[in-house]
Amino acid sequence: MARASTTQRKAVVTVCAWAVGLVIFFPILWTILTSFKSEVDAIAIPPKFLNFNWTLDNYHDVQERSRYFLHFMNSVIISLGSTILALIIAIPAAWSMAFVPGRRTKDILMWMLSTKMLPAVGVLVPIYLIFRDFGLLDTRTGLIIVLTMMNLPIVVWMLYTYFKEIPGEILEAARMDGATLSKEIIYILTPMAVPGIASTLLLNVILSWNEAFWTLNLTAANSAPLSAFIASYSSPEGLFYAKLSAASTMAIAPILILGWFSQKQLVRGLTFGAVK
Amino acid sequence: MATQASRAAGRLMISPAVILLLMWMIVPLGMTIYFSFLRYNLLIPGENPFVGLENYSYFFTDPNFWPSLVNTLFLVGGVLLITTVGGVLLALLLDQPMWGQGIVRILVIAPFFVMPTVSALVWKNMFMNPVNGVFAWIANVFGLPAFDFLAHAPLLSIILIVSWQWLPFATLILLTALQSLDSEQLEASEMDGAGPLARFFYIMVPHLSRAATVVILIQTIFLLSVFAEILVTTNGGPGNASTNLTYLVYSQSLLQYDVGLGSAGGIVAVILANIVAIFLMRMIGKNLET
Amino acid sequence: MTITMRGLLGATCLAALAIPAGAETITVATVNNGDMIRMQRLMPEFNAEHPDIQVEWVTLEENILRQRVTTDIATRGGQYDVLTIGNYEVPIWAKQNWLAPLDDMGDDYDADDFLPRVADALTVDGTMYAAPFYAESAMLMYRTDLLEKAGLTMPENPDWDFIAEAAEKMTDKSAGVYGICLRGKAGWGENIALLTAMSNSMGARWFDTDWKPQFDSPEWKATLDNYLNLMTNYGPPGASSNGFNENLALFQTGKCGMWMDATVAAAFVSNPDESTVSDHVSYAPFPVMAGHENHGNWLWSWNLAIPATSTKQEAAKTFVAWATSKEYSALVAEKDGIMNVPPGTRSSLYANQEYLDAAAFATPTLNAIESADTQSPSMQEVPYTGGQFVSIPEFQAIGTAVGQVFSAALAGSTTSDQALSAAQSLVSREMSRAGYPKN
Repeated sequence: MARASTTQRKAVVTVCAWAVGLVIFFPILWTILTSFKSEVDAIAIPPKFLNFNWTLDNYHDVQERSRYFLHFMNSVIISLGSTILALIIAIPAAWSMAFVPGRRTKDILMWMLSTKMLPAVGVLVPIYLIFRDFGLLDTRTGLIIVLTMMNLPIVVWMLYTYFKEIPGEILEAARMDGATLSKEIIYILTPMAVPGIASTLLLNVILSWNEAFWTLNLTAANSAPLSAFIASYSSPEGLFYAKLSAASTMAIAPILILGWFSQKQLVRGLTFGAVK
Repeated sequence: MATQASRAAGRLMISPAVILLLMWMIVPLGMTIYFSFLRYNLLIPGENPFVGLENYSYFFTDPNFWPSLVNTLFLVGGVLLITTVGGVLLALLLDQPMWGQGIVRILVIAPFFVMPTVSALVWKNMFMNPVNGVFAWIANVFGLPAFDFLAHAPLLSIILIVSWQWLPFATLILLTALQSLDSEQLEASEMDGAGPLARFFYIMVPHLSRAATVVILIQTIFLLSVFAEILVTTNGGPGNASTNLTYLVYSQSLLQYDVGLGSAGGIVAVILANIVAIFLMRMIGKNLET
Repeated sequence: MTITMRGLLGATCLAALAIPAGAETITVATVNNGDMIRMQRLMPEFNAEHPDIQVEWVTLEENILRQRVTTDIATRGGQYDVLTIGNYEVPIWAKQNWLAPLDDMGDDYDADDFLPRVADALTVDGTMYAAPFYAESAMLMYRTDLLEKAGLTMPENPDWDFIAEAAEKMTDKSAGVYGICLRGKAGWGENIALLTAMSNSMGARWFDTDWKPQFDSPEWKATLDNYLNLMTNYGPPGASSNGFNENLALFQTGKCGMWMDATVAAAFVSNPDESTVSDHVSYAPFPVMAGHENHGNWLWSWNLAIPATSTKQEAAKTFVAWATSKEYSALVAEKDGIMNVPPGTRSSLYANQEYLDAAAFATPTLNAIESADTQSPSMQEVPYTGGQFVSIPEFQAIGTAVGQVFSAALAGSTTSDQALSAAQSLVSREMSRAGYPKN
């Protein structure tokens, strides 16, 4: 009796959860399906779900027009580069906040987070002028610098909350054994914090990959990542849903796949110290 | 525990991050403040004379200023409300035993990985379009006239799009928090005769409040600067119905190329963002104190 | 998918190998319109002729392109060697010395072949600063089958009264057919282009000769009321977010009876591969007010220009000359059919009988362009030039702001009187900020 009701309950939960999951996922599914339609099928009413002529033409057109591989590589280099750079700067800072907190530590952390609230549009012209003078326009280096700064506060915070959970005694023991500070951080702390670092890395790669303001405004032909590539498909003349869907699928697929495969690692450190 | 020496080391270790962020903040901000006192239009090169507070007075008297402030609050508040409430409900649902939990979770978190530009384009064209969109077709099936989302409920439409992107994030954090809840405590309360609602409000809600604070803080940081979604879908309109502060500054500095006015607007936005920040930090600070 | 991936990798490698040593690379910023995409596709032909010039493309959606290019040229960022800009920007930027003059384009270039209306708009003090890639005016495109069903015949010069009557009779909302589609999306290049042309034809003007805004005039009231009446009664739902592209898609899928917009749309609506109504399209001049002759004076061209800061002037010039030459037109005709030659720029194209036979829209397009007088656009006297825009740097700002107000009126959140008085006050505000009246 009890078992039957548990099974029943599980069935109900399963149906509900799947329904909600599919509704939430539907826009992405629809985009992917549309990318395989002809332009005319893409706007057909009633919509065609699977009963259309599957075609790769849209992907072919997008290939022909854009250097997808270049944009893809730019996205990879920029998002990984900026995240790793941010981690290198943030690990010592987070160490300091977690293990030698001063009276101002919390204020510094909060101040760092508040720099993220500056509206980027307000400082575009100054940044553009600075980048021009330093020859950083349309370079991957320039974008890596900007995105590093954009993500640094979040990286510091995530690492700080993670480091705080590590008992200070372990580090102290290492220090007693004569480890220098840099050794302590590199050989003791970092390995212990791998899950936290991994999820920080993933979250920031995702955020950098999807950043669309700076990547669009500071690039031209050479360093434009996928977020800028999308802008050339956004509203051309004529029917464009299918081609837009193909370009969109190509832009989001890499990060979607990465996200799915690494969701366990991502979630583990995503708690921001909210879980005790 | 912290000795004098390790304090010094601590300062040394934190300084690169602090110095870099300080530079990142001060240099452009300093230039922006300077520009905000000039008459400086990119399209009309000249000497850019000093005009004092003229830009600020134009910005504050701009008929779009107050509406944009209100829109910003509605946008941030609306998305926070939908994502936290929706996130709690979804987390409760996903926490139950079911078949295919892993796959459902993958489906639910997927929107978080989609670029804002892409999701706005997809929602605008393939869903909300009143002629060719999926919603129009659904309305049609039920014999209703198609609702023109972006014309008649522009802000709500944007809130929906942005909520769709952030719901997975809220769900994930809340779900992790929920899973860390002591199941013995729940069982004990069940023995004591507490109903499901009582259990939810007296045990789960307090437990989730920390996670919810984190969700609110992080999302607020990103939501204050929502921009791509507006640019792609409504361009801030019709009228100023979906113009938020970020978009207003954008339209002044990059659509009208009025760098002076845009800079003044940028400074105002920075000040307002910082007020929100201080307010939030107080709240978070209390909640995150260990 | 794998095949595409492999093809892609292969193409990338080949492209890397194919770049000859010492080649100069120029960066071309362009808008993602069909004709530009075609030009991009024809690059191998260009490279066959000029192996020493490599072209990198930055193809963007129109609004983003304009913002990127303007920011770059105004700050002298120097990211681009060739820009795609409109005839609105060309004279303003030329006067700032931002553009390199385009004289001596080669012996076979034949600059005199450009249509005078188009070339004049790109010329400052006798020097051309941009080469027209394609040009357009505005005209009325309509569905012959629906008009016939409504029991009407299109007059040679339709007036606004006829348009209203036809729109009413063609509308069949239950079948998803709307009598008229017009731009409603806010923007100086979107709804304001249409409304300015419409207002010109109805006797209104943006400014009087003292630069005083004229939105409180009865002519503007009549224009806006006419527009709102047509669109709210016979227009498609969601009109306030429809720009050129959205209307094009609507017309192509048979949802519009009439559409007044850029002549370049004719090639798309009459192309059977893209349009479901290609057999039933015909064209008429942009409507006039009954008893008058002003057709709105819409003139737009997309042009290639070279920023003065470019360090690769010669290579850029070679490219611009190629892309706007008669030879390029011949190349397009050979590869994609003569119907697809970029329209509206060269008189030789309109003297070519083959083109006139293939493209039913050729003569209406030419007539529309030739009737567009951008020097005195309104029926009244005005202190500015420009057809569907006002040729001053401030126009982008005020045009976009007024566009928002009018699009709100179309969405029904304000009345036409409120919209006009809001437009009047915000334009007065901007103009006094900009220091008008000047001198």
